[in-house]
Parts: sequence; C-alpha cells; structure tokens
Amino acid sequence: MNDFLLIFRRDPAIDAQMTPAQMQEVTKPWMDWMGSLAAQGKLADSGNRLAADGRVVNAGNVVTNGPYVEIKEAIGGYIVVRAASLDEASELAKGCPILDAHGNVEVRQIQTMQR
Amino acid sequence: MLNAKAFLFAMPASQLLPNLYRTEYRKIVAVLVRLFGFEHIQIAEDIAGDTFLSASEKWTDGNLPANPAAWLYTVAKNKAKDQLKHNAIFNDKVTAHVRANTNEAYEPDIDLSEQNIKDSQLQMMFAICQPLIPAEAQIGLALRILCGFGIDEIADAFLSNKETINKRLFRAKEKLREYKVNLCFPPDGEISKRLETVLLTLYLLFNEGYYSASGNTNIRRELCLEAMRLTYLLIENKATDLPIVNALFSLMCFHVSRFDARVDDDGEMILYDEQNKSLWNDELITRGTQYLVRAAKGYQLTRYHLEAAIAYWHTQKEETVEKWQSILQLYNKLLILEYSPMAALNRTYALAKADGKEVAIVEAEKLAQLTDNHLYHSLLGYLYTDIDNEEALKYLNMALKLAKNDSERKRIEKNIAELT
Repeated sequence: MNDFLLIFRRDPAIDAQMTPAQMQEVTKPWMDWMGSLAAQGKLADSGNRLAADGRVVNAGNVVTNGPYVEIKEAIGGYIVVRAASLDEASELAKGCPILDAHGNVEVRQIQTMQR
Repeated sequence: MLNAKAFLFAMPASQLLPNLYRTEYRKIVAVLVRLFGFEHIQIAEDIAGDTFLSASEKWTDGNLPANPAAWLYTVAKNKAKDQLKHNAIFNDKVTAHVRANTNEAYEPDIDLSEQNIKDSQLQMMFAICQPLIPAEAQIGLALRILCGFGIDEIADAFLSNKETINKRLFRAKEKLREYKVNLCFPPDGEISKRLETVLLTLYLLFNEGYYSASGNTNIRRELCLEAMRLTYLLIENKATDLPIVNALFSLMCFHVSRFDARVDDDGEMILYDEQNKSLWNDELITRGTQYLVRAAKGYQLTRYHLEAAIAYWHTQKEETVEKWQSILQLYNKLLILEYSPMAALNRTYALAKADGKEVAIVEAEKLAQLTDNHLYHSLLGYLYTDIDNEEALKYLNMALKLAKNDSERKRIEKNIAELT
C-alpha cells in the first residue's frame, strides 16, 4: 500500500458566490465521501482546506499575490489516501464532490524520503 | 443511600459478606497499598482477604456487628499494624516507606476515611492503567483491585479460566513492580496524557460488559456499572473533571439506558430495531444528556464525544430524517478521526437509514477489508432484503458460515427463516 496525495482544484469564484445555505448543502457530499474512504480504511490523512488568499515568492524575493485568485484552477484543499496503485487511487478520487463543481482532482503518489 | 443500608442489615450473613466484599475489599486494598507502597500489593491483598476470612468465621446470622463495614476496617487496620510490627523483613522494607510517607513513626494511621479511600482509588487507577502492561491485563487488574471482582468472575467476563486470569494478573503486577510504579497522582502537566490510558481502560472495561459474548447478564451489567463508578470518581475529582471524561460518562449513561431492552429473558441480544422502547431508562438518558452538555466545553473533540453523540441520537425514539442523517455524519467524523471495523459497518447501516438501502449497498460492497467478518455479510443480507431476496440469502448463508457463537447463529437463522 502507498500513500497518494489528492489535490483538489476548482474555480475559487464559485466558492465566493455561495450562500451559507449552499455551503451547508455541499458539506454532506464531502463528509459522505470522506466517511466512505475512511470506512474502507483508505483515508490516511483527512488533510485540510486552503484559504483562497495566497502569495507567490519568486526568485529575487519578488513577492506577488498568488495567481490563484485569477485562474480557474486554484488548489482548494488536499487529503491523503492509501491505495495499492495509482489506478486504485484514481478510482477513489472519482467519487470526489469537487467533480460536480467543475473542479478536478490531481492524484500523485507520495514518495517517502529516505533519511 | 438510607434504603441501601436498611437493606444490608436485613440480609443474612451469607449474602451480606459477598456484597461487602464487592464494595469494601477494593477500598482496604487501595488504602493499604498507598501506605505500604505498590511493590507490596500482594501483602495488601492478603490482609484484605484475611479480613474477609475472619468475618466469614465470626459473623453468624444472629451475631452481626452493628456496623459491618467499620468492623472490617478495624480488623484490617489491626492486621496491617501486626504486619508492620511483627514481620521483620517487611518491617525493614516497608516501615521505611511508611515513615517516609507519614508523620507518625510508630503508630501509622491507617486512614479509612471516605476522602482517603477516594484518593487512594484514583491513584490506584493511574497506577494500574499503564501502557507498560497489555490492555487486557489492565482491565483484569482494574476488576480485581479497583472493583473487588473474584478471579472466577473475571474469568467468566473474559470467557477464560481461573488459571489464565491468575497468571495474567500475576505477570502484570510483576511488571508494575519491576518498573517501580508508584501510587501517586500524576503531576498537573501530565494528567491529560496519563488520563488517556485510564479512559481507554475504563472504555474497554465498559465494552467488555456491554458487548461481551458472556451469557451471564448479571456480570455484564456489573462490569458496566463498575466502569461508570470509576469514571464518576474521575469526574468528582477537580483535576480530572475534564470534558473528555464527561463525554465518556455520557456515552456510558446512554448505552446503559438501553441495557434492559437489548437482552431478552434468555440473555440473547435484541437488535436495535426490535427493542421495546418503553424499557429504555429515561432517567439515564437525562443524565447522559447532562454530561454531554458538560463535555461540550473546550475545543477537544474526541472519539468519546462523537460516540456519546451517536448514542444520544439512538436514545431518540422518533425515527426522523434528522436522526439518521445526524448519526451518519457523526459516524463519518468518527471514522475520519479513527478507523474501526464496527464504525465502518455502523456507518453503512446509518447510511441505509438516512439515504436508502440502494446507496448503502454500493458503499457496503466497497468494504473489501471486512469480507471475513460475519457482521459484514449480515449487514449486506439486511440491505438486500426486499430489494433482491436471493442475494440477501446468499449473504446471510455466508454470515452463518462465519458466525462465531450460537447466539449469533440463532439470530442469522431467524433472518434466513423470515426470507424463505
């Protein structure tokens, strides 16, 4: 079994327009999906959400406001799942509610550093 | 309490002693161990045992002491003093300890006041619940030393035999002695950390009673009540009256409120859906709610909080959408916090209640890690019932093959009979 990072990307503008009631409505599919992964014993880390606001530090210490706000695919959050292969991890990602909100999930195997 | 006392006096000596044994043995042991040091726990147990032996010889139905508990304390005190005076080896080792820990050099005060008993029992709880020894041994020692259970009763609760239990307890005590475990209250900074182990042991002790396969309903109820008594000791003590402790106590109240409804006259389990709700104990449900409110202080959300909240919803008699959606979401949170096979199965059951059996079947079939568990097949049997009875039967037959005891087999056979 290996750990895979699931990175959620979506258009932050959609979040910004949501009413609290709509926010409440999207909570259930997320909790059901994560609960399902956990029930299968495949949730390695319940991860976090990321704030919309961000900065990018470039060479020469040039700091810019993150490109995140402008582009349609900002990272909104991540979790870590446990799976036998990249295929299985991708299969697990197919249930992610972000897909219903015009977002996508990037699946990457975590390679442990040998220290 | 007045009624209990009157009741005690009306009892013949043959019944009075076992009752006192259950309540007083542990107090005498805890106080003496506090006085002698943990390494001499065997001597403390022997003195307490001898005290009850004396009582069984001297007490007859017509000739009972006016205050039986006080009689036991006096005899135990005298035996302890004799031990300190006359046993030379013991004297060298223990008197030093006693002198270091009391102000009175020659006549140590064997303090059997309510406060000292409580303090000693709390300290004993922290001494026994150590990650140094396996959880099973912690529960066994807690039952023996903190709850005054006999070895045969412990063997019954664990579905084991006396020799195994004796060996297990002996090894555990040796280990604690080897590591020079002391009877003392942990320093303030360490309480939360140490408390985790204590609470886990109390939780397991409770579960041993609540979920045990032992057919002895009385023992099982006693285990639950003892776990509650010990948890309550922690609540009564200011330093350990923390939200997490209140959450555990609340969970226990809610569970025990359904104790009578979930077992039939033959000791067989009755499933939640089939329970007679009028047998649920309203007083315990109210108590559970009170402690759940007390548990809601602070920022820590533990598995005990989540399990107490799940148990709270199970005490709600009306089948509403809100009830099962809440239970489902609590199980989601519980699983995200900490995986367990039971939580995975119960979540899927709640999902069926909240969002329908079809949705739950898809989820259940993903639980590939549980296919050797008979409860997994029972669950799928339940989910397929009325949707595809042929499929349901396949699962129930598989469950029957995997079931571990007669009680489980009987229940599955009943389900199969209903389908055919």
